[in-house]
Amino acid sequence: MQDFAQSFYLAFQLVASANPDLVEIVLLSLKVSLSAVFLSVLIGLPLGAAIGVARFPGRNAVIVLVNSLMGLPPVVVGLLVYLALSNAGPFGWMRLLYSPAAMIIAQTVLITPIVAALTREIVEQLNDEYAEYFRSLCLPRHRALAAYLWDARFNLLTVGLAGFGRAVAEVGAVIVVGGNIDHLTRVMTTAIALETSKGDLALALALGLVLMVIALSVNALVMMMRGTATRTAYA
Amino acid sequence: MANLLPLVVRDLGYAVRDTVLLRDVNFTVKSPGVTVVMGPNGAGKSLLLRLLHGLLAPSRGSVTWGGAPPDDAVRRRQAMMAQRPVLLRRSVRANMDFVLSLREIEDRRGTCDALLERVGLLPFAARPARRLSGGEQQRLALARALAQGPEVLFMDEPASSLDPASTATIESVVRELKHAGTKVVLVTHDAAQARRLAEDVVFLHRGTLTEQASAERFFERPSSEAARQYLAGGLVI
Repeated sequence: MQDFAQSFYLAFQLVASANPDLVEIVLLSLKVSLSAVFLSVLIGLPLGAAIGVARFPGRNAVIVLVNSLMGLPPVVVGLLVYLALSNAGPFGWMRLLYSPAAMIIAQTVLITPIVAALTREIVEQLNDEYAEYFRSLCLPRHRALAAYLWDARFNLLTVGLAGFGRAVAEVGAVIVVGGNIDHLTRVMTTAIALETSKGDLALALALGLVLMVIALSVNALVMMMRGTATRTAYA
Repeated sequence: MANLLPLVVRDLGYAVRDTVLLRDVNFTVKSPGVTVVMGPNGAGKSLLLRLLHGLLAPSRGSVTWGGAPPDDAVRRRQAMMAQRPVLLRRSVRANMDFVLSLREIEDRRGTCDALLERVGLLPFAARPARRLSGGEQQRLALARALAQGPEVLFMDEPASSLDPASTATIESVVRELKHAGTKVVLVTHDAAQARRLAEDVVFLHRGTLTEQASAERFFERPSSEAARQYLAGGLVI
C-alpha cells in the first residue's frame, strides 16, 4: 500500500515537474495520434459522405464491411501494416518500419473505418431530410456534399474526437509497427506497458494520469459541443 | 426564354408497386395566377405537386411546362415550399444565402434583407433557423423560395396550423406574386383560403381528378358529388 501511495506521489511529481522523458513521450503520442486523425478525416469524411449519399449496387455490402472494420483489433492492424512495411512487404522499400510514420499509418488504418462509418450514418440521415429540397434546387452533387458536411459539422467534430480517443489509447498497433524504441517510437500506451512490466510504476502512473486527463478532456469537449449544437439546433 | 405556361397534364398516373396513388389525371392551366389543388386527406394533392415539379417520375402519362418536361432546366425556374419546410442547420440569414448563392446576384445581402423584411423576419436574421416557431419557419421557407426568383411557385399547405398573422403574411405575398405574374400552385385544405386566393381549382378525390374549374364556378356550382360534399363540410372519405 505504501509502495502504491509512493508511486502516486512520484507520478504527480513527474507530471508537476514536467519531466523531460514524460513530456517527450506525451508529445510524440499527440503528434502520432493527431496526424492519424488528420489523415483519417481526410480519407474517411469524403468516403463516408459519398457512401451516405450515393446509391449503387452492393452498397449494403460496403456499409457492412465499413461497419465491421470499426471493430478491427489494433494488434491485427499492427500486424498487417508490419507485413506491408517489412523488408519483404510491398512497401518495404520505404523503410518506415519502427518509425513514427509507421505508427501514424497503423493508427490511420485503425480509425479511418470509424470516421467513415460514423460519417456515413450522419450524412445519410441528413440526406434523407435534405434530398428532396436539394433536388428541387437542382443542386450540383458536390455542393450538396459540401452542404451535408457543413451542416453535420458539430457531429463530425465529435467523430474526429472519437477517432482521436481511439487512436491515443490503443497500444496493439503502435507497439507492433513502432517497436517502443526509447526517444524514437515510445508513446504513452507502449511506455505504460513497458514501465509496468519493469516495475517502474511511477512513470507508468504519470503517463496513465496524462492519458486519463486527455480522455476526460476529449469527452468533455464532445459533451460541450453536443450541448452547443443542441441548444442552437445546429445538430 | 420560353414561357413555362401552359401546364399540360395528360393521363398522369403514379403507382407504388400495385398500389395506384394517382390515376388518369388530365388538366391544363394556361393563365398565371393562383391554381388551388383541393381534396380530402390522401387524395394525392402533395403527390401531384411533386409530379408537377418533377421531383417524382410519373408511372404513366406526362407533365409538360410550355411543352417541356419538368427537367432540371424547368425546375430551376420553379420553387417549392414543402408542408414541413426543410431548413438547413444554419442561421436564418445563412439559409437565405445558401439559395441566393445559386443565382448570380450582385447585392446578395441587400436582396436577403429585403426578402426577410417582406416576410417579417429581418429581426431574426441571426437566429438559428430551426429555433424559429412553426409560423416563422414557414415564412422563412417562403422567403427562401422567393430568393430563387421562381416563375412558378408550388406551395404545399403553406398555412396549415399557422396563426392568423403568419397566414396573412403568406397570403399577402401570394397576392403580390399573382400581380407580378408568377404562377402559384397551392395545395390547401382550407376552403376559405382557397376562396380568398384561387383563380382556378383542381379537385382530387381518391387519386382521381374529379373537377377542374374556375374558382367562382367551383365554389358556386361544384359539378362533382365529392366536391359538393367537401365544400358543404361533409366527411369525404
